[in-house]
Amino acid sequence: MNPVLAAERLGRILPGEAPVTLVRDIDLKVERGEFLAIMGPSGSGKSSLLYLLGLLDTPTSGRVLLEGRDTSGYGEDELAATRLRHLGFVFQFHFLLAEFTVLDNVQLPMRRLGALSEEAAQQRAQQLLDQFGLSEHGHKHPHQLSGGQRQRVAIARALANEPPIILADEPTGNLDSHASANVRQILHDLTRAMGKTVIVVTHDPSFASAADRRIGIVDGQIDPDWRA
Amino acid sequence: MSIQLAIAVTQLVSRRRPTLVSLVGIALGVAFFLAVSSLMRGSEQDFIKRLIDNSPHITVSDEYRNPEKQPAWQQWPNGAVEIRRVKPLTEVRGIRGHIQKLAFIESLPGLRAAPVLVGSVVLTFAGRIEGVTLNGMVPDKMKGVSTIEEKLIHGSLDALAANPNGIVIGDGLAKKFGLEMGSVVNASSPGGEVRTLKVVGVFRTGNANYDESQTFVLLKRAQGLLDRANRVNRFILQLDDPYAAREVAAVIEQQGGYKAVSWQEAAEDIMSVLLVRNLIMYSVVSAILVVASFGIYNTISTIVMEKIHDIAILISMGFHARDIRHIFLAEGLILGILGSLMGVTFGIGLMWLLTQVEIKPPGATDIVHLPIYWGWEQYLLAASFALISAVGAAYLPARKAGRVQPVMILRGMA
Repeated sequence: MNPVLAAERLGRILPGEAPVTLVRDIDLKVERGEFLAIMGPSGSGKSSLLYLLGLLDTPTSGRVLLEGRDTSGYGEDELAATRLRHLGFVFQFHFLLAEFTVLDNVQLPMRRLGALSEEAAQQRAQQLLDQFGLSEHGHKHPHQLSGGQRQRVAIARALANEPPIILADEPTGNLDSHASANVRQILHDLTRAMGKTVIVVTHDPSFASAADRRIGIVDGQIDPDWRA
Repeated sequence: MSIQLAIAVTQLVSRRRPTLVSLVGIALGVAFFLAVSSLMRGSEQDFIKRLIDNSPHITVSDEYRNPEKQPAWQQWPNGAVEIRRVKPLTEVRGIRGHIQKLAFIESLPGLRAAPVLVGSVVLTFAGRIEGVTLNGMVPDKMKGVSTIEEKLIHGSLDALAANPNGIVIGDGLAKKFGLEMGSVVNASSPGGEVRTLKVVGVFRTGNANYDESQTFVLLKRAQGLLDRANRVNRFILQLDDPYAAREVAAVIEQQGGYKAVSWQEAAEDIMSVLLVRNLIMYSVVSAILVVASFGIYNTISTIVMEKIHDIAILISMGFHARDIRHIFLAEGLILGILGSLMGVTFGIGLMWLLTQVEIKPPGATDIVHLPIYWGWEQYLLAASFALISAVGAAYLPARKAGRVQPVMILRGMA
């Protein structure tokens, strides 16, 4: 079976007077339903790798294959459409839209996609909130929630269009240990109960034990000898 | 409501103060645009009205726009032989067949016409000599086409009709000659005819040159004095719809052959001055709106800067750069529409206030109100210009927002 996401000799160099190599020669295959932790020291290029895998950034060499399809020739329209349907992002900072209610935030991707009617989208958003224990908070604004609650809203939003792949960049970097454990558990459950593929970039060593697989990035390359 | 529009509205509503400030900017711009435009257009119309009231709408004179060819040329237009020393035909000046031509003109709907014989005579009185223009006319017809009767300060046109030796002169001429009602002057024509005429009316138009140089007598008297029996050399026309003058003049000229000049043609220089004046006025008031649109530029730029993380997250979520641009263009459009609506309301209020202003021009006894033009097209012009400026002002920040590289923003935060 094809890996759901694969990187082939992936490289990214920031151009400039002194070009900076963020990522070099990365080969990676991620299987469907896998919970993958990408670890490594600060500035090692692990977030850059995640942005490349999530089609937010364009590689300077190599390519990303999503469900077997080469994405290197994609134009802006196709990239945006692919992110909308196939990928869900969770960042260190929740990045919810402050002026919108929690329920509206979760609906944003659905309304952009336009596949569901407004009622259906609202219903689905409420279901997602229920799923993450946020039933009561739909009509609050993000600033009225705790950090852990906000991050759960962000996960609900990432799941809105039912993407097969969730990409998380330091999702617990800003949370206390209790909330961290909760978010980690949710991400883990996504792979088990819903068959999602979850790729997490993290510093947090406790992810190491929860993940199916851990890879270490050092100086933009996979370090086979890396230990958390 | 599309999600882009929903985001645009939410962002504006959550920033009440800057939104309100830029709205007021556009509203004031539109209001001042309307106030200035209505005042300028109003004064223009007032001016044109005076122009129309005080001059004939159409003047038909005994001239041709293109002089008629001489008979020999008409006979052999492409003759191989050139005939030299042909004496040109000399005709008595005047409109030929004027009775039939006048009858034709009077058969056209919505107009009144009066025949006039205009010539120069020399007035002498008590040793003073002055060349003046003599207008021979029929009082009953003249009343229909000229405001001269309203301008009479002494006497009347009826008195002139009753007295074949009467003359109506201007106030200026009366002062110059020291004439009064009933005074007697001598008028002598270039042909040597001399008549003694009695002042039966004095008019004042306010135009000093006119008041010093124009005189009115009966048509018959003028024909005798100028030795042009049964001739007239001018028809003066007044129309119910002055703005139809150009078309009517063309019909008359085509039919009669003689030159028919509408007031628009006669006042072409003034009309073009008015047009230039409008162009200047509209450029200046449009500049107000351009300046006001900087407020919109400022507001939307600030939103783009503050919301750069939201933009990054929307793009990572799968929003297209085009969607992001649409959000901010929609903000400009919303500000433009609301600002125009507020501005038109405020502008109408301002225009109403202007109509309440009373001024007393120096030397006048009457209180004058400012002339205000209420035409709908200026609202349309102001609103559409405000909209264009608003969307134009939103375009630059919108383009910037569309170019946001989410990775750059996310890296900056991480």
